[in-house]
Amino acid sequence: MADISANFLGIKSPNPFWLASAPPTDKKYNVLRAFEAGWGGVVWKTLGSQVKNVSSRYSSVDFNGGRVMGFNNIELISDRPLDINLKEIAECVKLFPDRAMIVSLMADNDKESWHELIKKVEDTGAHGFELNFGCPHGMTERGMGAAVGQDPVIAKMVVEWVMEAATIPVITKLTPNVHSVVPTGQACVEAGTNALSLINTIQSVTGIDLDTFVPNPNVGGKSAFGGYCGPAVKPIALKMLTTIAQNPVTGKVPISGIGGISTWKDAVEFMLLGSTTVQVCTAAMKHGFRIVEDMIEGLNNWMDEKGFRTINDFIGKSVNTLTNWEDLDINYHIIARIDQDKCIHCGLCYIACEDTSHQSINLAYGKPYNTYSVKEEECVGCNLCKLVCPVENCITMEVHRKGEEYLNWKEFQRQGLPLNDH
Amino acid sequence: MAISNNKLTNDQYSDNFSDIHPPFENKTAALVDANRCLFCYDAPCTKSCPTSINIPKFIKQISSDNIKGSAHTIFVSNIMGAGCSKVCPVEKLCEGACVYNLLEEEPIPIAKLQRYSTEQAMENKWKLFDRKPSRGKKVAIVGAGPAGLSCAHVLSREGIDVTIYEKEPKGGGLMTYGIAAYKVTPEFCEDEVNYIISIGGIEIKYNQTLGKDVSLEQLQNSYDAVYLGIGVGVARQLDIPGEEMEGVVDAIGFIYNLRANGFPSVPVGDKVAVIGMGMTAIDAATQAKRLGAKEVTLVYRRTEAEKPCTDVELDIAKLDGCKIIWLAAPAAIKGNENKVTQLICSKMKLGEPDASGRRSPVDTGETFTLDVDMVIKAAGQVPFMELVDQYRINNKNGRITIDNNATSVKGVFAGGDCVNGGKEVVDAVQAGKDGAAAILKYLFP
Ligand SMILES: Cc1cc2nc3c(=O)[nH]c(=O)nc-3n(C[C@H](O)[C@H](O)[C@H](O)COP(=O)(O)OP(=O)(O)OC[C@H]3O[C@@H](n4cnc5c(N)ncnc54)[C@H](O)[C@@H]3O)c2cc1C
Ligand SMILES: Cc1cc2nc3c(=O)[nH]c(=O)nc-3n(C[C@H](O)[C@H](O)[C@H](O)COP(=O)(O)O)c2cc1C
Repeated sequence: MADISANFLGIKSPNPFWLASAPPTDKKYNVLRAFEAGWGGVVWKTLGSQVKNVSSRYSSVDFNGGRVMGFNNIELISDRPLDINLKEIAECVKLFPDRAMIVSLMADNDKESWHELIKKVEDTGAHGFELNFGCPHGMTERGMGAAVGQDPVIAKMVVEWVMEAATIPVITKLTPNVHSVVPTGQACVEAGTNALSLINTIQSVTGIDLDTFVPNPNVGGKSAFGGYCGPAVKPIALKMLTTIAQNPVTGKVPISGIGGISTWKDAVEFMLLGSTTVQVCTAAMKHGFRIVEDMIEGLNNWMDEKGFRTINDFIGKSVNTLTNWEDLDINYHIIARIDQDKCIHCGLCYIACEDTSHQSINLAYGKPYNTYSVKEEECVGCNLCKLVCPVENCITMEVHRKGEEYLNWKEFQRQGLPLNDH
Repeated sequence: MAISNNKLTNDQYSDNFSDIHPPFENKTAALVDANRCLFCYDAPCTKSCPTSINIPKFIKQISSDNIKGSAHTIFVSNIMGAGCSKVCPVEKLCEGACVYNLLEEEPIPIAKLQRYSTEQAMENKWKLFDRKPSRGKKVAIVGAGPAGLSCAHVLSREGIDVTIYEKEPKGGGLMTYGIAAYKVTPEFCEDEVNYIISIGGIEIKYNQTLGKDVSLEQLQNSYDAVYLGIGVGVARQLDIPGEEMEGVVDAIGFIYNLRANGFPSVPVGDKVAVIGMGMTAIDAATQAKRLGAKEVTLVYRRTEAEKPCTDVELDIAKLDGCKIIWLAAPAAIKGNENKVTQLICSKMKLGEPDASGRRSPVDTGETFTLDVDMVIKAAGQVPFMELVDQYRINNKNGRITIDNNATSVKGVFAGGDCVNGGKEVVDAVQAGKDGAAAILKYLFP
């Protein structure tokens, strides 16, 4: 059995699965249920000056019958009294001393407010802070949340205030609502943050009710931009994570990865791109805390299969496989192959290639079943047919190199090699 | 042992004849299956539908909440799409070709999804088609069955004024008078006919029999073209001794009675033998059982491998508790005071393949006897040979021969069972479309 425990800036947790700062971590009742279910840690719902929420608050995007492919909210930070939150945090830390207890903060935009809040939270025995520079709605209008995270100068200033007062590790949570997360990330690291986490939610409009013409979530006939998360945002989060992991400044601090993680596989992907721990919100909100059971077992089995003893054995392993396009090997060439024994003749590969790609699939008419085969000389190896094929391993991409040696685009141009002629 | 009606209570009748293919419980249930559809290109299901309904498209339209569009997609290819969703032997058509079968997975329940869309269209009386302005041409159609109605609808859409002559007091043809009662109700059939003709431009004259109330010449004189969709008639004679006895009935007549006159009024025996193994035989056997017969035995002269009905149909009969005797041909019917008491059968074996390509049954010389009080004949139907001969319409043993949907008589077209000898509703609908296309070409060369 592999050791899946995590050590994040000295904060230990029995597994790398934390609950992100959000409704699942909003009070003692939930957090105790989460710890009982097996979660390695929680980031307590963001504390700051008390706010008031609206109704309704959530909306989602479904896909082809699947619910909540993407999730959206217009909730604010904790709307419970600060002293109750603090009391409950302390109780949870006592009851589950082996779990990570991080507290998310978003104080008013002045040094005193931050210092006061930090002091109060440290008294609970919590293990670390997460600075919420990411909330995309409600708080930004008051100069907080994403308003801080979108401006490296302000972010740097706030982190400096925090570092003056904090005696426990500080994680800064980045907003994705920027063209690049690196400038703010860099500013925060330079200001002394001990770690980074990302991503918070992405500003969105999830959809419009075609009868009322009001976007969702509907609050008495109006809506507001919300924060998008859930499986739909995972690819965006992974990309942003990579830019942080690859940057020489931000890549030096530990990262807690967030955004669309629902399974152990998602978690492993975030870890391969440099996350030491991962945080989950939407998947728990959709299914409850029990999903952590499979996350733990799946990670364990995968690590055993791969021969990894600790999570450090693979964290960051894929960071350097993402390179610049110019460095890709043009001589690497793959060609689709359709396994006729597996093919169910649905024609999806054909119509995708015929209408939108390179007309590389041949249709031999049959009633009722056509036969499809690849025109090897036409296939550019784009993967499209394989992606749309509904049958596992029916279409495979086989390597047929164009040349023995590695050849990148710059070299290709320098040698004056021929471009496509049709 | 006796033949009698009123064998069951009303509750038992309605239980026994309740819908064999119930619809989806609700929208969510329909979406689960609609979303499973892969949206195949040049889809095998569509290619296996005689009317070529664009099945992936109509299913996608259910997923996208465009039920009106979905119903239109169905009806534009098959105006009896609602009825077909209940009566088509889909296991050998669309669903049988669904690519999921190749994964050994349940096929998409295409018929059920088709019912989902078309039922809403009919319930809400959606007007999905507009007639083109009248083009001043009139066509007479004989027979308000699937072929006739389908032909009428296409013609009306194209601005032709259509009059249908129908010998029965109701439309729908065998849909109304022939198909098993647990597949479609009389109310449904009536609604379907009304929905089809709601486009306008189609008048149905009921209780008008060609050859009796009206002649072909009259129609030819009053209309620009004539379409015959008269179907086929009663069940084939067995030509065996005892056939004239009380208790020997024709399956078509037997089913007509229970469809037209209500279940309690139909007399049925206690021990019933049904001759044949086609759809009609199965329907006669299952419905005899459901009317209260204690024992029903299907007698067929070939083996299961050669049977004309589908496995699904055979299963219905088996689940209804019908017995099956393969390789048995009726040889004689015995009786007492002109009432059937026994069916004598010859034991058969398989010989060389015949014209149909199936191995033909050969008499072994041995016989056996079944004690029965009723024999239902369902060994194929006989075409209206006299009628077509009378009008000198070329035919093969009564089956009208056509060339591009036109009969040998100028301006007279035909299609459906009266041409193909008896297939399915969906085939007749396609024949009606083809006939309409040929008529349009004839009218507007
Ligand atoms: C017992 C039985 C069960 C069946 N079950 C199924 C099934 O489950 N699924 C399926 O798809 N198919 C089934 N069929 C077949 C299907 O009913 C027919 O293929 C279809 O109805 C043929 O349509 P049609 O319009 O050609 O003929 P019909 O439906 O026979 O319609 C012909 C119409 O013409 C009228 N007509 C006849 N002669 C005259 C005349 N001289 N003057 C005026 N009108 C006339 C008739 O009254 C009738 O209305 C079954 C058939 C039978 C007999
Ligand atoms: C309803 C809701 C409320 C949230 N509230 C907070 C919050 O108070 N502070 C915070 O830092 N992030 C908040 N988030 C963002 C999540 O912590 C997390 O970054 C985001 O949901 C992406 O992860 P996921 O895809 O697993 O949901 C909230 C998210 C949701 C859905």
